[in-house]
Amino acid sequence: MSEKSTEGRPLKWVGTRPVRPDGVEKVTGRARYGADFARPDMLWGHVLRSPHAHARIRRIDVRRALELDGVKAIVTGDDLPEIASEQAFVGEEPTDYRMLSQNVLARGKVGYVGHAVAAVAATTSAVAEEALRLIEVDYEILPHVLDVLSATADDAPLVHDDLCDRKGVKKNPSNIANEIEMGHGDPEAAFTNADVVVDRSFTTQAVHQGYIEPHACLAEAGPDGQVTIWCSSQGQFMVRGYTAKLLGLDLAQVRVVPAEIGGGFGGKTTVYLEPLAVALSQRSGRPVKMVMSREEVFRATGPASATRIRVKIGATKEGQFLAGEAWLDYEAGAFPGSSVAAGSMTIFAPYAFEHARSHGRDILVNKPKSAAYRAPGAPMAAFAVESVVDDLARQLEIDPIDLRLQNAAREGVQSSFGPRYKRIGFVETLQAAQEHPHYDAPLQPNQGRGVAAGMWFNAGLQSSAAVMVNADGSVSVISGNPDIGGSRASLAMMAAEEFGIEYEKVGVRIGDTASVGYNDVTGGSRVTLATGKMVVEASQEVISQLCERAAKVWDVDVKRVHWADGKAKVLDDEAIEPLGLAEIATGAARTGGPIQAIASGSVRGVGMSFGVHLCDVEVDPETGKVDVIRYTAFQDAGRAIHPSYVEGQIQGGAAQGIGWALNEEYVFDDSGRLENSGFLDYRMPVASDLPMIDAVIIEVPNPDHPYGVRGVGEAPIVPPIPAVVNALRAATGVCFSDLPVSPPRVLEALDAVS
Amino acid sequence: MEYASPRSLDEAIGLLSQAGVDARPMAGGTDLLVQLRTGARRPELLVDLKQIPGLCGIDCGSQGFRIGAAVSGAEIGECLPLREAWPGVVEAAELIGSTQIQGRASLGGNLCNASPAADSVPALIAAGAVCTLIGPAGRREVPVDDIVRGPGETALGEAEIIVDFRLPRPQDGTGDAYQRMIPRTEMDIAIVGAGVSVRVAESGECLACRVALGAVAARPIRVDEAAAALMGRRPDSEALEELAARASAAADPIDDKRGTRAYRTRVAGVLARRAAEEALRRAGDRWAARSQSS
Repeated sequence: MSEKSTEGRPLKWVGTRPVRPDGVEKVTGRARYGADFARPDMLWGHVLRSPHAHARIRRIDVRRALELDGVKAIVTGDDLPEIASEQAFVGEEPTDYRMLSQNVLARGKVGYVGHAVAAVAATTSAVAEEALRLIEVDYEILPHVLDVLSATADDAPLVHDDLCDRKGVKKNPSNIANEIEMGHGDPEAAFTNADVVVDRSFTTQAVHQGYIEPHACLAEAGPDGQVTIWCSSQGQFMVRGYTAKLLGLDLAQVRVVPAEIGGGFGGKTTVYLEPLAVALSQRSGRPVKMVMSREEVFRATGPASATRIRVKIGATKEGQFLAGEAWLDYEAGAFPGSSVAAGSMTIFAPYAFEHARSHGRDILVNKPKSAAYRAPGAPMAAFAVESVVDDLARQLEIDPIDLRLQNAAREGVQSSFGPRYKRIGFVETLQAAQEHPHYDAPLQPNQGRGVAAGMWFNAGLQSSAAVMVNADGSVSVISGNPDIGGSRASLAMMAAEEFGIEYEKVGVRIGDTASVGYNDVTGGSRVTLATGKMVVEASQEVISQLCERAAKVWDVDVKRVHWADGKAKVLDDEAIEPLGLAEIATGAARTGGPIQAIASGSVRGVGMSFGVHLCDVEVDPETGKVDVIRYTAFQDAGRAIHPSYVEGQIQGGAAQGIGWALNEEYVFDDSGRLENSGFLDYRMPVASDLPMIDAVIIEVPNPDHPYGVRGVGEAPIVPPIPAVVNALRAATGVCFSDLPVSPPRVLEALDAVS
Repeated sequence: MEYASPRSLDEAIGLLSQAGVDARPMAGGTDLLVQLRTGARRPELLVDLKQIPGLCGIDCGSQGFRIGAAVSGAEIGECLPLREAWPGVVEAAELIGSTQIQGRASLGGNLCNASPAADSVPALIAAGAVCTLIGPAGRREVPVDDIVRGPGETALGEAEIIVDFRLPRPQDGTGDAYQRMIPRTEMDIAIVGAGVSVRVAESGECLACRVALGAVAARPIRVDEAAAALMGRRPDSEALEELAARASAAADPIDDKRGTRAYRTRVAGVLARRAAEEALRRAGDRWAARSQSS
């Protein structure tokens, strides 16, 4: 299919701010989320979870639980098929099906407090919970490891003693599940030529994605083996694929109906409950509903990794970066697969280095399996590298944005992770920040300003979309991606733009797995980019069909027909009255039947989105409390289809990053039990904690997208941590290398220097 | 679990006496309902106190104030005479929870939940509030200072409930204030809380002072030695630093997920001093207002 450039074409919808199609349903509370589905005769499922961080399961006795009135089914690890080791492709974090199965339900061993050990289905939620108390599990408690340092010590207890590499070969016993290395040149030699070298180490703590909607699903397995799952996730096809794989079902046997989703941020790109609900439904013959409590969400679903990162950069006294080297240790949790690869790829990505190398290690610890969290792996890496860049700017006495501009990645530059950059907008984004009034605004005592940059990829991946013309001339679009950030609006706008019709005449629905072609997850900042591209291609195909139909009506050569302003027109004969969508559609029965097209593809030539954030903080020197008082985020959006949703993404990412910097952290006791498994003590920012986040959109069109779109959802969480910490340094003169910069830590550091 | 909503004190005491330890009185329920949900408490009977006239409403008389134990934070915040007389007590009551919680949470519940970190308690202790208790053995009056014994533990007898809180009309030159440290702006639990009330002469000399701290010991504590740092002198920065040092010295906090022992100890002094400064400012304003009106 041809890609038509929109360059120079007047646009009616792209860049405007219409009301989102799902807005009224959501603000009136009618939208149905994961926990809002019910079936007659439905059972409630609950999960028994490990109270130990690391233990061998000697025996599970479910007899007393099964005898309880109302209990209809129980599954334990023995009831799920053994799965061979095989890499699954999620889109953002690597997963091995065998490990995924063991995470969904423990086999032989539990790897963290909260690990699922058994699942019960009963007639009421209360009976199911009571049944959990009647299940007897005999554990042999094993020594556990809770952080990278103790996990890599010589005598560390092993989280897995049968770990295999990607080729299925058994590895030497160790908690280092994977090691990667990437880069180019010879940094070690290049450091010797540097006038200044900064070499620092950093730590970050595990943080949760903090989506408001806990995981929830309803599953129904029929006597014919057909399975239907209603759930909220970042991908109905992901849920179908994983559930089928873990239970040995054919994909065609399983239909997954996507619910609205109350936030995911990467944390819903995997499964926890769905295979259990299906297994319970298969055994009980009744639909089974499962809803996690907030405590379960914290104890059992993926946090972002805690990390230890060392970064070394050498530069000339004029500020030219010569070499960079980084060592990244990321906690995987109890199963392999942290975001260390992406951390290693992004750490030097914003800058042009002749010599760059990163060494990443994926390290097993007895904590919940880490999961993707918005730009997975990048915020921690950015914290390290952007703190070091801030150090260099101070040591060299160069303006921190000038230093970044001097070394900024741009078109043609060899990236530290491999490919050469195509057209990117990092320089323009830095310039916009430098020219903004915020950058020069005066500060008061105890205040400081920080600047930091960051980037994230746009995953292309596989997408499908269907576009249909209805008999009245309205257009239906079916997407296969759950709408997390307003993608229904952006897809409708692109379709309306293509057809030249009103936005309100386009209806976008999120299809179930049986009603639209395969789509990879809503993740990787890819939906408006990749699925949007499919909607554009399918619309263009429908338009060419419309032209053919009109040519038939007029009995003219189709080459003479073109589409403009929502109508088919004959190019060289203005006397022929143009035919609108409705007129062609109404007559479709006589010209060839229904008019529709699907587009599917693996979208390549992915873009990059760069962000630069300015942050002002005020520190209370007597309590160590840090308040963000002004925040401006600049980002290259390629082209903002719906600027409000681009701004919303930027604001949301900044808010999450600020929380990660200031107060969010998992607090474990010595036995490995999470102590703050709720929003009271897991301190995400509340609305009154933050100033209005000003979002400034830069538009350097992506040459690989018909409208120039760059995915914008993830990049904005990358710069905030170093922006906050660099601001804190400016306010106090103290260097902070460990997160979070919570009041006790800040006060201790201030006391140490005074 | 059963739920009862008695209309009189006698009825409530009767229900609580019959059910014994399996009953739990409930005012706003903002702590209790969370405990029920997590399974931390499993009472057989909930006795809702909000329909009992004596526990509702605020009386502002010439002698002082009577605040029903079940009155919500929002109602307290809207009571202008109380806000004017005891701004520290009111600002502490208004810090409990979010706007939604404010519609339910009460002083009686905040006290009887017996958390060392309860926001209203140090402010009430500093203000010298006294509560009225009623139980099977009759009525008694007890200073707020003596109610909380330890985490989750009170001096209340079986089937005894708090009916109301009494605060005097403040004398000339009185001021009070409450300061709280949380890492966020709301929706959090005090790492340290400090309530201070002072009475100063027109000359500025401190005639009376009470200091109370929350979240730095097993229960909210009154720190008379910190208060003594201001007594009988015009509180200058040296006196206020002395108060801060003594408040820190009196703190005996734990290390936990919410804050470290060292941090709490240090900040106890900072907040006690800041609360004292604000209380003194308010006391001074009161003298200034009086001299303007006369």
